[in-house]
Amino acid sequence: MDLVFWITAGWTIASAGAALSFRNPVHCVLCLVLAFAGLAAFYLQLGAEFVGFAQILVYIGAVAILVMFAILLTRTSEVQEEQRRIPWGGLAVAAIVFMSLAVAIRSSTLAGAAPVSEPRPTVKQIGVEMFQGPYVLAVEVAGMLLTAALIGAAVIALQDSPKRQP
Amino acid sequence: MSWAAANLWLIAAFPLAAAAVLAVTPRRHRRFAAGLSIGAMVIGFLISLCAFSSTLANHGERVPRNFDWINVGATTVKLGWVLDPLSAVMLLMVTFVGALIFIYSVGYMAHDENFTRFFCFLSLFAAAMLGLVMSNSLLGMFMCWELVGLASYLLIGFWFFKPSAAAAAKKAFIVTRIGDLGFFIGMIWLYGETGTLLFYDGGNGCLEASALSKLVAQTTMGGMALSTVISLLIFCGAMGKSGQVPLHVWLPDAMEGPTPVSALIHAATMVAAGVFLVARTYPLMDADPANIAGYSTALTVVTWVGAITAVFAALIAIAQDDIKRILAYSTVSQLGYMMVGIGVGGYAVGMFHLITHAFFKALLFLGAGSVIHGMHERQDIREMGGLRKHMPLTFATYAGGMMALAGVIPFSGFFSKDEILLSASIWKTSRWPFYLALFGALCTAFYMTRQMLYVFYGNPRSHAENVHESPRVMVVPLIILAAFTILLSIVGTPILPLFHEYLTGHHGEMGSGVVTVMLISTGIVALGLALGCWIYARRPLTGADPLESDIYYVLKNKFFVDELYELSVVRLNAWSARGLRWLDDFVWQGAVMAVSYVVLGLAWINRLIDEFVVNLGFDKGCGGFRLGARALAFWQNGQVQRYLRFIGLAAAVMVALLLWGWRK
Amino acid sequence: MSLQHYLLISAMLFSIGFAGAVSRRNAVLVLIGVELMLNAANLNFIAFARYARNPEALTGVIFVIFSIGIAAAEAAVGLALIIAVYRHYQTIRLDRIDSLKG
Repeated sequence: MDLVFWITAGWTIASAGAALSFRNPVHCVLCLVLAFAGLAAFYLQLGAEFVGFAQILVYIGAVAILVMFAILLTRTSEVQEEQRRIPWGGLAVAAIVFMSLAVAIRSSTLAGAAPVSEPRPTVKQIGVEMFQGPYVLAVEVAGMLLTAALIGAAVIALQDSPKRQP
Repeated sequence: MSWAAANLWLIAAFPLAAAAVLAVTPRRHRRFAAGLSIGAMVIGFLISLCAFSSTLANHGERVPRNFDWINVGATTVKLGWVLDPLSAVMLLMVTFVGALIFIYSVGYMAHDENFTRFFCFLSLFAAAMLGLVMSNSLLGMFMCWELVGLASYLLIGFWFFKPSAAAAAKKAFIVTRIGDLGFFIGMIWLYGETGTLLFYDGGNGCLEASALSKLVAQTTMGGMALSTVISLLIFCGAMGKSGQVPLHVWLPDAMEGPTPVSALIHAATMVAAGVFLVARTYPLMDADPANIAGYSTALTVVTWVGAITAVFAALIAIAQDDIKRILAYSTVSQLGYMMVGIGVGGYAVGMFHLITHAFFKALLFLGAGSVIHGMHERQDIREMGGLRKHMPLTFATYAGGMMALAGVIPFSGFFSKDEILLSASIWKTSRWPFYLALFGALCTAFYMTRQMLYVFYGNPRSHAENVHESPRVMVVPLIILAAFTILLSIVGTPILPLFHEYLTGHHGEMGSGVVTVMLISTGIVALGLALGCWIYARRPLTGADPLESDIYYVLKNKFFVDELYELSVVRLNAWSARGLRWLDDFVWQGAVMAVSYVVLGLAWINRLIDEFVVNLGFDKGCGGFRLGARALAFWQNGQVQRYLRFIGLAAAVMVALLLWGWRK
Repeated sequence: MSLQHYLLISAMLFSIGFAGAVSRRNAVLVLIGVELMLNAANLNFIAFARYARNPEALTGVIFVIFSIGIAAAEAAVGLALIIAVYRHYQTIRLDRIDSLKG
C-alpha cells in the first residue's frame, strides 16, 4: 500500500500548501477542501472509517462552507494583497518548528514499531465505548458546548438593531 | 516687731504702684496723675511717722527684717529692710520734702504737655529713693541706687528734644556709672569675703562685729587692710552719686532738667544718697587695724575728698551767672561738707547737715524756680534785678534759705555747719580740713550774697513785662520749707543735741571749744556777707562783673575740668571706640564673611553635584529605562501573528530542551 | 508504512498550517491555518490509535471525534468574531488591527 500512502500524502500536502499560498481567499478555501479530503483518505487508510466520514461531513460539509461564507461576507475593495512579498520570518519559524518536531519523531523508539494487528473499530464499538464507557460525561458536555457555540456565534455575528426612536 | 517695722516696704510700694499706674495713664489725666503721686507720698509720710514714733518708743533699737530672694543651689541671696533711727529720719525727710516738691510741681509744670509722664518719673524716683534708704542689704541698696540713677537720667533729659538736656542726662548717667563700678567691685569683694550682703542679720551681717573683725584682719594691696580697700571702693560710688571731685562734673549740667527735679534729686535726696551710703556703712568705714573709734584710713580719705570738694566748688560758684548753676555748685560744696562731717565727727554730724541742707537747698531751688517762672523762663542773673518788689514772698523765703546756707544764727544751717567745724577743729589727724572748711564758709557767704544782690536788689535790668509772684500752689511749699529751716535748729543745738542722741544713742561730745568755734564761724560768715555787699552793692550791676579778671575767668570756666576730661578721657574713649569699630568691621565681620563664603562655596559645590552628578545620573538612568522600555515595546506591537511566531519558537526551544535532557 | 511516516506527515501539515497562521494577513486565512493544525493533530491521534500497543481502547478515535466536534464549534465562533471585527474596523487585515500594542 505504499503508493496509496504517498499519493494521499502528496495530495494533502500540496493542497495544504496551496491553501495557504493563493492570493484570492476563495481559492484558498477550495484548496482547503481538497486538503480535508486528503485527510479523510488518510483516516480511511488507517482503519478509522467513522472518523473519516465524520471528517468529510463536518469539515468539508460545514467548516469549509462556513469559512467560505466568512470570506464572502468580509470582502473589501482591497481584498487583493499589494506587493506580494514572501514572509521569510514566518517561514523560518515554521521551519524551526518542523525541525524540532521531526527530530523528536525520528529520535523516539516508539515510532519504529510495526502494527500489531489491524483493528477496525466499528460504529457500534465506538458508540458503546462512548455511552457506556468513561466518556459519557464528555459527550454531554460536548453537546452543551456545541449549543453554546451556536448561540454565541449567532449573538456575536448579529447585526446591531437600529435604535428605536422614543 | 511693730507694725511699721514689719511693713516698712509699704512706704516704697505706694509710690512704685503710682508710677506703674501712671506709666499707662493717658496724657490728659493730669489731675489724676498729680493726685495719685502726691497721695502716694503723703501715705508714705504717714507710715514714716509711724515708723519714727516706733523707733522713739524702743529707744533707737535696730529692727531688721530679712527675706530670701533667690535660691541658687546651696546659696541664698537675701534682701531686707531695717528700721533704725538713720533710716527713720531719712524716710521722714524724703517723704516730707518729696511731697512738698510734688505739690510745687503741679504749679511749675502746669503748662507742660508731658505733665503725666513727669509725675510718673517722679514717683518712680521716690519709690527707688525710699527703697534705698530702708534697705538692709548692700545688694538691695545697689539695685535702688541704679534705679535712682535711671530716674535721674529720665528726669534730667525730660525735655529730650533739647540737645543740651539729652547730653546732660547722658553725662550724668555715665559719670555716676564710673563711680558705681567701684561700688560694684567693693560689693562683690565684700560678699566674697564675708558671704553676706545683709547689713544686720542677728550677728551675721556684714556690718556686724564678726564680719568686720575678719575684714580688718586681712591685708591686701599696698599693705592696706581689706576693710579699708572695700570702704574706699564703696566710697567711689558715693563720690559719683554725691558729686565729689573729680566726679562732680555732671551735677551742674543736670540743671537742664526742670527745677522741681533739681530741687528734689540734685539737692535734697539723690545726691544725698552718697552721703547716706557712707553713713550707713560707717561701721565698715570706721573699721581699722589701729582700732580707734572715729579714726580710720578710709575716713581720712573721705574727709580730705570732702574738704577739697567743698572749697573747689565754692570757688567756682562765685563766678557763675546762671541762677541754678550757682545753687548746683553750692550743692557740690555742701556735699563736701557732709563728707567732712562724717569723716571727722561720725555719721550723726554729717547726717544732721544732710537733713538741714535738704530743707534749705530744696527751698532755694524752688525759690529759684519761682523766680524763673516769674521771669518767663529766663535764668541769667545778669538779666534780673529788683525782684524784691515784684515777688515779695519768694524773696522772703529765699532769704531764709540763703541765711541757712551761709550759716547764720538762728537758722538750722548754722548749727549743722557748726557741728562739722567743731568736729574738724578737734580732729587729731590734721587741722587743714578745718581751715579749708572755714575758707569754704567764707566763699559760701560771699557767693550767696552776690546772688541775692544780683537777683533781688537794685533796679530791674530786664525788660520782662508782667513779672509777678508765683501762684499759691508754688508759694505755700516755699513757706513750709522756710519754716522748717528754723524749726530744725531745735533738734541740733549744742545745748540740746536731740538729733545726735537720737541717731547714735549717746550724748555727743561737747568739747570746750564750742563757743569759740561758733564765734569764729559767725565772724567768717559776717566777713563774707560784708565782702559781698561791699563789692556788689555799691554801684548798679550793669555791665561786666566787678571781679572780672583772669582768676575770675578760670573760676567761671569751672577750672576747665570739663575740658580736661574732654581732652583725656573722652578722647581716649572715642579713640578706643573707633579701634573697636575697626575690629568689628574687619576682623569679626571678616570672620563672619569667611564663614558665609565657605557656606556659599559648599552650596555652589552642592549645586554642581546636584546638576551634573545627580541629574546626569538620573537622566542616564531614565535614558536606560527608556531604551529598555523601547526594546520591550518592540515585542508587543499588537500584531497577533508576531506573538504566534514567538510561541512557536518557544515551543521549539522547549522541545529541544526536552530532547537534550532525554538524550542525557 | 510505519508510524513515523504518518507522524512526519502530520508534522509537515502542522508546520504548513503554522506558517500560514503566522504570515497571512487576512484573518480568515489565519483561521484556515489553525484548522489545518487541528487536522494535523487529529491525524496524529488516529495514527497512534492504529499503531499503538493497545488498539482496543479506542482512545485515539474517541478523542478525534470530540476534536472534530470542538473544531467545528470553534470555527463557527471564530468566524462570527471575525465578522464582528470586520464590522467594527472595516478591515480584517491583522496588521491594521493592533490596538492592544504595548
